Amino acid sequence: MSATLRVQKISGHSGPVPGEGAQRQQQVAKLIDTTTCIGCKACEVACLEWNDLPFRETFFDNTYQTMPETAWNYWNLIKFNELPREDGAMQWLMRKDQCMHCADPGCLAACPADNAIVQYQNGIVDFQQEYCIGCQYCVTGCPFNIPRFNPATKKMFKCTLCTDRVSQGLEPACIKACPTGCLHFGTKDDMKDLAQARAQQLRDHSGYANAGVYDPPGVGGTSVIYVLHDITNPEAYGGLPSNPTVPWAVRLWKQPLKWLGNLAMIGGLIGVTMHYLRFGPKHPPAGGPHE
Amino acid sequence: MTNGWIDIRNTDMMLIMGGNPAENHPCGFKWPIEAKRNRNAKMIVVDPRFTRTAAVADLFVQIRAGSDIAFLGGLVKYAIDNNRIAHDYLVHYTNAAFVIQEGFQLPEDGGLFSGFDHATNTYDRASWNYEGKPAGLSYDLTLENPRSVFQLLKRHYSRYTPEMVERITGIPRAEFLKAASLFTSIRKDGDMKRAATILYAVGFTQHSSATQTIRTACILQLLLGNVGRAGGGVNALRGHSNIQGATDMAGVFDILPGYLKMPSPADTDFQAYLARITPKPAKPAPWDSFNYWSNTPKFAVSFLKAMYGDAAKKDNDWAFHYLPKIDRQYSWAQIWEDMYQGHIKGLLAFGMNGVAIGPNAQKNIDALKKADWLVVCEIYPDETSEFWKSPGITQDQMKQIPTTVYRLPGAGFAEKDGTFVNSARWLQWKNVAVPPPGQAKLDQEILARIFLKVRELYQKDGGKFPDPILNATWSYTNPLNPSLAEVAREINGRDLTTGQQLPGFAALKDDGTTLSGNWLYCGSWTEAGPMMQRRGTEDPSGLGVYPNWGWSWPANRRVLYNRASCDLAGNPWDPDRKQIWWSEAAQRWVGPDVPDIKADSPPKDHMGPFIMNPEGVGKLFAPLNDGPFPEHYEPAESPVANALHPKESTNPVAKKFHSTLDKLGTPAEGYNIVCTTYRLTEHYHYWTKNNPMNVQLMPEPFVEIPAELADSLGLRGGEKVKVTSARGHYIAKAMVTRRIKGMMIDGQKVYQIGIPIHWGYRGIAEDAGDTALTPANLLSPAVIDPNAFTPEFKGFLVKLEKLS
Repeated sequence: MSATLRVQKISGHSGPVPGEGAQRQQQVAKLIDTTTCIGCKACEVACLEWNDLPFRETFFDNTYQTMPETAWNYWNLIKFNELPREDGAMQWLMRKDQCMHCADPGCLAACPADNAIVQYQNGIVDFQQEYCIGCQYCVTGCPFNIPRFNPATKKMFKCTLCTDRVSQGLEPACIKACPTGCLHFGTKDDMKDLAQARAQQLRDHSGYANAGVYDPPGVGGTSVIYVLHDITNPEAYGGLPSNPTVPWAVRLWKQPLKWLGNLAMIGGLIGVTMHYLRFGPKHPPAGGPHE
Repeated sequence: MTNGWIDIRNTDMMLIMGGNPAENHPCGFKWPIEAKRNRNAKMIVVDPRFTRTAAVADLFVQIRAGSDIAFLGGLVKYAIDNNRIAHDYLVHYTNAAFVIQEGFQLPEDGGLFSGFDHATNTYDRASWNYEGKPAGLSYDLTLENPRSVFQLLKRHYSRYTPEMVERITGIPRAEFLKAASLFTSIRKDGDMKRAATILYAVGFTQHSSATQTIRTACILQLLLGNVGRAGGGVNALRGHSNIQGATDMAGVFDILPGYLKMPSPADTDFQAYLARITPKPAKPAPWDSFNYWSNTPKFAVSFLKAMYGDAAKKDNDWAFHYLPKIDRQYSWAQIWEDMYQGHIKGLLAFGMNGVAIGPNAQKNIDALKKADWLVVCEIYPDETSEFWKSPGITQDQMKQIPTTVYRLPGAGFAEKDGTFVNSARWLQWKNVAVPPPGQAKLDQEILARIFLKVRELYQKDGGKFPDPILNATWSYTNPLNPSLAEVAREINGRDLTTGQQLPGFAALKDDGTTLSGNWLYCGSWTEAGPMMQRRGTEDPSGLGVYPNWGWSWPANRRVLYNRASCDLAGNPWDPDRKQIWWSEAAQRWVGPDVPDIKADSPPKDHMGPFIMNPEGVGKLFAPLNDGPFPEHYEPAESPVANALHPKESTNPVAKKFHSTLDKLGTPAEGYNIVCTTYRLTEHYHYWTKNNPMNVQLMPEPFVEIPAELADSLGLRGGEKVKVTSARGHYIAKAMVTRRIKGMMIDGQKVYQIGIPIHWGYRGIAEDAGDTALTPANLLSPAVIDPNAFTPEFKGFLVKLEKLS
């Protein structure tokens, strides 16, 4: 990995990306093998420590899970889900939840603020808080429910995939802290190979006939990929979507109909739609209570 | 551990039982995961709860707390019945072929072995003996003699049928058979190549039949020929970073450093003491036995020289009379009993929170109220130093407490150098990360200052017997604050003639020319330097031996009993995992690990691989205080009578106390739920509840309750419950879960609940008023195992009610 990060895409930016195409970087990826995760939360602590995130009061909620969802100051959360199998045997699924760093990032597509979201050539999608206008459109664009708003600063936050570490040739803090080696970091190609080999092993030797690799094509693949015991049921792992895509409104706005965005009225309408998608109708979370 | 953490990666099969390493040893748990990933090793987890370890297991079996011997005994029977045993290993490396004398009786009828004395609740062990003279014991290599250990073992466990296992443990027959078949599959069709390991922790040790539970695991591993093998063994996962070191250095009342036995009043002089504690070989005549404990006099004299220096002379029995003699048991629970009864007047509590950690916590609190003084050396105020404001106490009652409490600010682990000895028996040196804050001092400085002050008082005022205090060696460069490097060098020992550090315990002598604080650690800091500080990462064998990393007792050996990794001719059972082997060319045992056998003893001499046993072999039959074979007894508090022998239901030798606070509950009184206690990944004992980061991860106490039981009580997760035992109550929120299921025990529906131990009345959540201030151990009984004296923290009875 190179010691610098090269920008690939920029939110709300007119004109070419500086330095575009001058050099290429290998795409990086985190591999999370949920079948060897023990829910120890070392990754949660490492994330807090490295990013110097302030203490957040938590409450007992009938679960080992630290809090219901990630927060603006808690970017990395293991989701615990009890799931009895058909044969009656218990399963306790643990999945490290954080930004997936999509190849086709919906947050970036939805973001109207120049430079507030950048995608580097190595695949990392990063929020630049100094340019963030706090509109929260990125929330609408994200199929994984990741960007979080800090009401005090009116800025958005999420996992940076430790750009500061990765740009210096180090692995992300969560990877370094993982005691069992269920977390790996490397080039996307290497991680895909490792993940496929592990899934194959699970199918051949551990009786998980549906073991597979989660690298959803609907968002162009992600820089965080999972090995799951059952690739046909990602929702069971605390709401991992089966087929995540960038919402149509975001695509329309940013691609074929982008010129319409210059028309204030239409832009306003889409803004209302975006607001509806973001805040409007509230549904209880799928999958019932945790644990 | 017979083996070590890293060695677990060499295994083919893991039985994790009485331990929850994913939660309590998450860093060490990388090795079980590596075995799964790299060798397709299988993992069986047996636990009262579906834990985070169970979450990554190939097979999880829910067991009733306190019934482990029934499960393991069932495995022993299954292995024998299905001939999944290591025949040659069994015949030649264990005492299976030895013959037991006539008159020995198994507990088949009434639940008692021969020799029980009902008046004292103890055994006369005279009938639990081998037939024949020590140098020529009777044996039968066909294993057919009905009095052979093997036949007795087979008969003993013939009662542990899958049906009986189901009745006692609550594990359905089919599930038990699945686990038994999987675990013993490594010896299918006589295959000796594969190896299985058993990993356990305090889920084995905190029962009234704890030592026998571990023994059953040992028997199973000997039957399967797994001891001494890479990827095998019986492996105790230690619950603290240095608990192994504490044990090695005699943090237990009945041993001296290096597991030398403590003198008793009957040891009228040094010779009598040595005669009692130095074993003689006991073996079949054609076999050889190294009997390494025959070196006991060298270890003992060197220890006395380390303690008393020039005051220890040949003509004064090496100052043997300076050593305290123990007339009875002074275990943990006994100390608190003695204080509660007013016999112990003061307590120095260093690095342990006695109130919270001991069983029957209210008795411990009340015991401290009767003491004259209490010194607590800690990094935080804790339940012990604050015992005088334990919940329920009034201002007036507080004023009545006469105890003077001294709180000493100790240094934390990162604020001092020194060694940790890990579960793998490795001594590893650590450096200081930060200096102690404020007035905090290192433990050794606090202890040295106390000792020197006491010595000064003895010098000034005399006393009943000042000699041991006045003559104790204290020749450190800074006597007020000895450097731990100096202490470590002293523990290793030196040659008093040359002044040189000793290279290893083989150099120890019994003529007073060597000193060593702990013979087992001899070799850890030699003339070549501090072996414990080595950081070499070479692993030429690829077996994870890492011979140049730190230093492992004994003699830097990584796998104990490794002679048993080879067949009779000295060739490894598995050519892919060659630990040691006999080299004809060199006429020596060689290999990547340090051979655990006399290095030049050729296989034809038949020297047994278990060199610390007088027999030279592993003991299937081993007389402990409560029997030579493990038998299932119910916990002191049990929801059912013992299905094997209802009249002798609980361990007849287990120690109970009889104070007014030592009550036991019965199902008839409504105590019908089995309760177990444990730790969580998110917290370290009673410390981290003072650290915001850990509190954030797991903010407050809870009780894990099976969903089925919660439904019957109309209880939902997050609502408060009160758990009551005969000794006290505990209040916390309910964690309703499907990870614990109701069980059928001998035809009766039994529920189990679980309580994490971390909280009490002093910590962030406690100080904020977010908890009910009830330590978990208000509930547990002070009933103790008769061999290791560990209390029964797991598998006691409670009742449960919902609080509005």
